[in-house]
Amino acid sequence: MIRIERRLRQPWWLSVVVPVVSVAVAFLLTGLVLFATGHPPGHSFRRLFDAAFLADGALSETVISATPLIFTGLAAAVAFRMNLFNIGGEGQLYAGAITAATIALLLGGAGAPSPVIVVAMIVAGAAGGAFVAAIPGILRAFFSTSEIITSLMLNYIVGVFLTYLIFDSHSYLRDTNGFEAQVFPQGKVFSDDASWSSWTIHGLVLPLGFVLAVLLAAGVWFLYTRTRFGFEVQVIGDSPRAGQYAGMRTRRKIVAVMCLSGAIAGFGGASQDGDFRHQLDPQGLQQANYGYSGIVIAALARYNPFAVVLVAILLGGLQNAGFTLQGADFPAGLVGVTQGLILFCALGGELFVRYRVRFNRRARVTTTVAPEPAP
Amino acid sequence: MSGEVQASPLSNTPAMQPAVALRGITKRFPAVVANDGVNFEAAQGEVHALLGENGAGKTTLSNILTGLYRPDEGDIALFGEPVDFHSPRDAIDAGVAMVHQHFRLVVPFTVAENVVLGDHRDVGRTFLLHQRAIERRVGELSSRYGIAVDPRARIWQLSVGEQQRVEILKALYQDARILILDEPTAVLTPQEADALFETIRAMAADGRTIIFISHKLHEVKAVADRVTVLQRGRSVATVDTAEATPRSLAALMVGREIELGRQDAGGAKPGESVLVVEGIGAQGDRGTPALDDVSLSVKSGEIVAIAGVAGNGQRELAEVIAGMRAATSGTIRVSGNTLRGGDPRAGIRAGVSYIPEDRLGTGVAPRLPVSSNVVLKSYRRPPISRGPMLRLGQIRERARRLIERYDVRASSEQVPAWQLSGGNLQKIVLAREFSSEPVVLVAASPTRGLDVAGIETVHAYLREAAAGGVGVLLISEDLDEILNLAHRIVVMFEGRVSGERDAATATPEELGLLMAGGE
Repeated sequence: MIRIERRLRQPWWLSVVVPVVSVAVAFLLTGLVLFATGHPPGHSFRRLFDAAFLADGALSETVISATPLIFTGLAAAVAFRMNLFNIGGEGQLYAGAITAATIALLLGGAGAPSPVIVVAMIVAGAAGGAFVAAIPGILRAFFSTSEIITSLMLNYIVGVFLTYLIFDSHSYLRDTNGFEAQVFPQGKVFSDDASWSSWTIHGLVLPLGFVLAVLLAAGVWFLYTRTRFGFEVQVIGDSPRAGQYAGMRTRRKIVAVMCLSGAIAGFGGASQDGDFRHQLDPQGLQQANYGYSGIVIAALARYNPFAVVLVAILLGGLQNAGFTLQGADFPAGLVGVTQGLILFCALGGELFVRYRVRFNRRARVTTTVAPEPAP
Repeated sequence: MSGEVQASPLSNTPAMQPAVALRGITKRFPAVVANDGVNFEAAQGEVHALLGENGAGKTTLSNILTGLYRPDEGDIALFGEPVDFHSPRDAIDAGVAMVHQHFRLVVPFTVAENVVLGDHRDVGRTFLLHQRAIERRVGELSSRYGIAVDPRARIWQLSVGEQQRVEILKALYQDARILILDEPTAVLTPQEADALFETIRAMAADGRTIIFISHKLHEVKAVADRVTVLQRGRSVATVDTAEATPRSLAALMVGREIELGRQDAGGAKPGESVLVVEGIGAQGDRGTPALDDVSLSVKSGEIVAIAGVAGNGQRELAEVIAGMRAATSGTIRVSGNTLRGGDPRAGIRAGVSYIPEDRLGTGVAPRLPVSSNVVLKSYRRPPISRGPMLRLGQIRERARRLIERYDVRASSEQVPAWQLSGGNLQKIVLAREFSSEPVVLVAASPTRGLDVAGIETVHAYLREAAAGGVGVLLISEDLDEILNLAHRIVVMFEGRVSGERDAATATPEELGLLMAGGE
């Protein structure tokens, strides 16, 4: 019989070994699925890895897929650390994309220099995301409303607004000139000065947004481990009452952390505009589900900002491989299956961090117990 | 048949296999050996006390006996049968039940529902509960053991003492032959404790074995037949309580002679009033009035005790002074300055130190390391922080220094606070609160749940603080402690001050009457 017991202590190496083994098990299970559907697992995996990481330009594509995921992953991790479940990364990213696009068009039209536009886009994107996140933050801090519900609902509101701006209105952001724009509504394309730069190292293209996202991860780590702000977040996250007792302004902190989380997601929206899309692209943003993936990434990374970067690259790679490989000979759902299995195994693996499994040998133990000594 | 086990005077059954026999129980935790070759035996129908300081291994031992932990070494036998528990359910099936210090009851449920909750043999297994049958059975048990509680009452309607009776009923309902009570009197008034002792004797007379965990020596004397003393994880002695004195038991417990009894409160000459509370009113957690026009003052160098049965507004008063609860009326002045109400930081700035009743969760953040908890209130100022930055080296250093000075038993300053025992946790809180050099110290039940040595330490620090000119407001339910420490005693009843007495002339009888609302 198998029993599950709670671990009294969690050895440090478990937090490394368990995720790695979880991912390995996920690939093993995917291999079984492949085998069962008549695809040679070895060959299929090779193709998958080629498409994600090894092939010409594959890594660059993966970096592009990973960039928004780092932003949304960090946004979620920052809030989750304080037990604030900000599910609104999706809407906050849209909001950042809207504000950053507005600024890009305004300043680009006015002929501002490129660095000014880039910085202004970042600030505007972060402000847009923070504004949307502040709503559930304030409701939570002052009215004890569940931030899970409010932030989730705001995703739909911001999403509909985003669609409205391009599809259902003649807003400033919508391109109304030209034949194509008449047939299919789309956002105005930014001027070249509003495109973010990128660097190429040995054929690997690193967009500005990716570099900033990695720096941001380091910044979040520093903020949470080395500053008074981070100390307060840790205390309040662990025990709000202890925070109150220590004289911390817990309500303000809730709002601040929600805004920070939203600002990071909004930054991600600005990066989408500036790095990749160069226009406000409602369909592209809404199909990608960056915000929701960010929640998953934060959970897999156990809220560690550096782990967020690694997990985002792994999942970004899979996503990218999915786009590349989809075709007649390759099962379209395979990448989805792999992603699902990784999630399932990683979250399931958590069980082994907190509990250990024992195999019960009751019968043997009982017989080996020494009989009571006679007096 | 074992001849070495004394039949209890209350037991009607002849001496036979001990009901519980633990041999050579060893349980190691990462930093400590909690139980080190513990031997323990209790006969059927015996009330056997388990006495020991905090961290002596009492809790670990009872967790082993109830199947929560498995011992690393050693054997457990019940009525001569070796057993090997893998989970609490195994222990329950074998007839071992425990009444925890913190009750495990479902608050919105009725007494009867709570009683059948853990039942997996009988009516608890059926899909539909037979309310009436359960209530009848619970009623039978209540009358048989003199446990007065209404089976239909909901838990939130019950007093703490009544809730404890529900826990005992639960154990009896499961046909527990061995019942462990973990510091059962900690939450009770003296009258409730007496009623509990009656019940314990009735259960023992019925052939059940009661293991009674306690720190309180006079209770052990009053209710137990024998007592096993644990000291630092080892069982040092098992003695008949008839032959033991509180002094000899205390000596066994700490391994040295201990000063018991009333001491001089210290010849401090109280100075000016440092804390003035005027006409405070406040609401309780449920929004009902908890404090009504409470006024009192504490002078520098003075220990003022607030006596009263728990739940008469003492906790709320402490929280109002510390700024954790907003007052609905009245003012609080510290060193002449009126405090901004409902703001803990104002209290901290004005020099109010507060030792909360709830250590784990309020006094410390449980999952954060000891070092973080040591700087919980001082992280805003140099040298702990510089501007917005924390100085981790300084934090570590301060934690190490305080751990050493206050003799905290922790393997390092990186250990999460929840891993410390109650006494060591309280030392962390004390260390932090004293090191901030307070003007006023509010201590809410600072010795609750501590052992003799721990209580001694806390008392010594409180006296030292007063001697150093701090105004100490001590909230306690323990009259001995109050008479022992305080200069002045303020008694609270139903949210009001029902009387004030000079400690030098007050008698326990007089205070007891005031605590009960009499004049």
